[in-house]
Amino acid sequence: MRFETREELEKYIAELKNKTGKKKVLVCGGLGCLAKGAQEVFDAFKEAIEREKIAAEVEKLEENPGLVKTGCMGLCEAGPLVRIEPEEILYLRVKPEDVEEIVEKTLKDGEVVERLVYQEEVDGKVQYWSHFKDVPFYRKQVKITLRNCGTIDPQNLNEYLARDGYLALARVISEKTPDEVIEEITKSGLRGRGGGGFPTGRKWQFARVVKADKKYVICNGDEGDPGAFMDRSVMEGDPHSVLEGMAIAGYAIGAQEGYIYVRAEYPLAVKHLRKAVEDAEKAGFLGDNILGSDFSFRIIVREGAGAFVCGEETALISSIEGKRGMPNPRPPYPAYRGLWGKPTIINNVETMVNVPVIMLRGADWFRSFGTTNSAGTKTFALAGKIRNTGLVEVPMGITLRDLIFDIGGGIQNDKKFKAVQIGGPSGGCLTERHLDLPIDYDSLSGAGAIMGSGGLVVLDEDTCIPEVARFFMNFTQNESCGKCVPCREGTKHMLGLLQKVVKGEANTSDLELLEETALVVRDASLCGLGKTAPNPVLTTLRYFRDEYLDHVVYKVCPAHVCQAMREYRIDPEKCRSCAKCARVCPVSCISGRPRVPYVIDQEKCTKCGACFEACPYDSITVEWRKKENE
Amino acid sequence: METEKGSLVLSRQFEKVNAILEKYSHNVDNLIAILQEIQSEYRYLPEEILTYVATALQISPAQVYGVATFYAQFSLEPKGEHIIRVCDGTACHVKGSLQVLKAVRENLGLKEGESTTSDLMFTVETVACIGACALAPALMVDEEVYGQMDEEKVQQLVEHLLGEGEKVDAV
Repeated sequence: MRFETREELEKYIAELKNKTGKKKVLVCGGLGCLAKGAQEVFDAFKEAIEREKIAAEVEKLEENPGLVKTGCMGLCEAGPLVRIEPEEILYLRVKPEDVEEIVEKTLKDGEVVERLVYQEEVDGKVQYWSHFKDVPFYRKQVKITLRNCGTIDPQNLNEYLARDGYLALARVISEKTPDEVIEEITKSGLRGRGGGGFPTGRKWQFARVVKADKKYVICNGDEGDPGAFMDRSVMEGDPHSVLEGMAIAGYAIGAQEGYIYVRAEYPLAVKHLRKAVEDAEKAGFLGDNILGSDFSFRIIVREGAGAFVCGEETALISSIEGKRGMPNPRPPYPAYRGLWGKPTIINNVETMVNVPVIMLRGADWFRSFGTTNSAGTKTFALAGKIRNTGLVEVPMGITLRDLIFDIGGGIQNDKKFKAVQIGGPSGGCLTERHLDLPIDYDSLSGAGAIMGSGGLVVLDEDTCIPEVARFFMNFTQNESCGKCVPCREGTKHMLGLLQKVVKGEANTSDLELLEETALVVRDASLCGLGKTAPNPVLTTLRYFRDEYLDHVVYKVCPAHVCQAMREYRIDPEKCRSCAKCARVCPVSCISGRPRVPYVIDQEKCTKCGACFEACPYDSITVEWRKKENE
Repeated sequence: METEKGSLVLSRQFEKVNAILEKYSHNVDNLIAILQEIQSEYRYLPEEILTYVATALQISPAQVYGVATFYAQFSLEPKGEHIIRVCDGTACHVKGSLQVLKAVRENLGLKEGESTTSDLMFTVETVACIGACALAPALMVDEEVYGQMDEEKVQQLVEHLLGEGEKVDAV
């Protein structure tokens, strides 16, 4: 149906809410759970529920429970996840074989299947947490951005409407002037969640005051940071919230058209967004004369083609215009001259999704979360060597320790925590002594990292820090668009120096040169990519200098990662002088004579391992080089 | 007569391209989307088609070529029927994605510098992140994600893809 007035929508939402409250089976359809077999679980539930309905004598089921495939529920580690509403029972690692028991016990009799719920050892006793909010992973989380993600069927508009969907848009159009909207957003203290942290209200204000025949709203869904999947989860799991936020932004600045720029690697997000746009247009939430008003707004979904730099706003604009995605100097800021030369605002997915809920519940409510300068919440993708990998949302100001150890469950396999990489290739590595640092924009940048979009990769004692720095530099060097010299040449040189470090070929003056180059690239690059690319290098040099020195001075890799820091040796007891090793050695560094054990020249050896493979008597050993004083 | 015949062959060859151009109303703003559709049709961007697109959109071939070479998604060389994207995002990297890549390449018999098998069945690429960090190390075969890969699982997967082994669980 098409909604012509706000009253019609409110009436419809009230009706939908009356209908809910019955049993519901939510199966997580996030990428992690799907890969672990969530579809089979979903099919098993479907089959069981349909069959139970036919068998009239077991009509103890209050009514046919709704079965919903939702977006990401967050705890990807323990997927496939299943939640039973309204009791909010969370089952982990559900297999199709478990479905019968869940239907029999939980759906029919309201009992909990204990073996499938979260177990935690408290004071030596095993505690079962059936209610999902009791699970340690969820306890400290506050879901604002992810309010619908993992709860609704993203492809069903009614599910969104039943949770006050598009009500914020309806109220804004009928009650508020654009200036009032901007005032409310400014008051809420919402800052850009893409990483920069620019106040959203101010950005809108800039675009609002510029006079132009056309203006644009762009939603940046080009989540390119390796190790981040928050925006992906939101676009896949709650696409209508993105659209509603964009429409409100459009109303506020006076735009008629919006673009969502999505990464090419996220085909499911594109699919869900396109379906959502189509449904919203049919229902009159997008298109001409929205909800009977004179406000018209269209949204176009654009797919990126694989370029990290397109996350930078001016590059993104070039890409939407069909050009090479290269950044342009600012000013002029896009708010004055953006897409096709018209005033344009660009907000990240997470920022947009916060907008409807702020308009609905007020700036003061939003400010009640987080800190004075960083209001609200932030989503993070926990990954790396952490026990509970997954998607979380926490109030700003929570400490890294809470996030990694309480919510994330600590380090995998009881290894030792070494560092946390926050903000992806533009961010920095923080150490143990930063664990009590509150997560907000200012504290993080004070420590040399950035909030970034929310990728949080935990590194343990088995991770080599210079190797991680090399990895990030390799990434930024590859993704540098080549337009400005500092970034194009600087990243290449930094990469070369880091390669020397991990290969054991660097000396201490290389480290000085690395630092110097990093500072130049940071200060002289044109866009955010280059300006932030040295962050991983600078922070690791600052906090893990010893590990660099181990590689450079002692040629030792304490984490046992860098292959060049190994030594191949021939055991003279076992060697039969067959010369097979010497024949395969590509650099001819093995010498010997018949009946005399062969010897590897450590200076020349490239650690290729060919001799190791070739030796028929297992006489070649590989050892990690140790510091001489050890 | 001969040129007429030639242009007929040409227009037939470009029929699909014309349909794509038509769909995007010959608008140069849609160049990326146009190239994306051409690539999904041909599995790469043949040079003569790039030139044709430039002429049809009344822009210089350099502009089309510039866009085609800027984005990682576009390829000027034929790609395999199936694309295996090994994720080398941070989470996958620290969990050993390079070994996974090596195993994939070895099992497919790719030599150094090659990314496509000689029978044009498979292309192996790395990708910066597929957002499946919880399943690291992960890879994608076309649109299917496979997680928690190790050398053994890669071998099983490749055997399955070559039609020899059994289906492999995604995780």
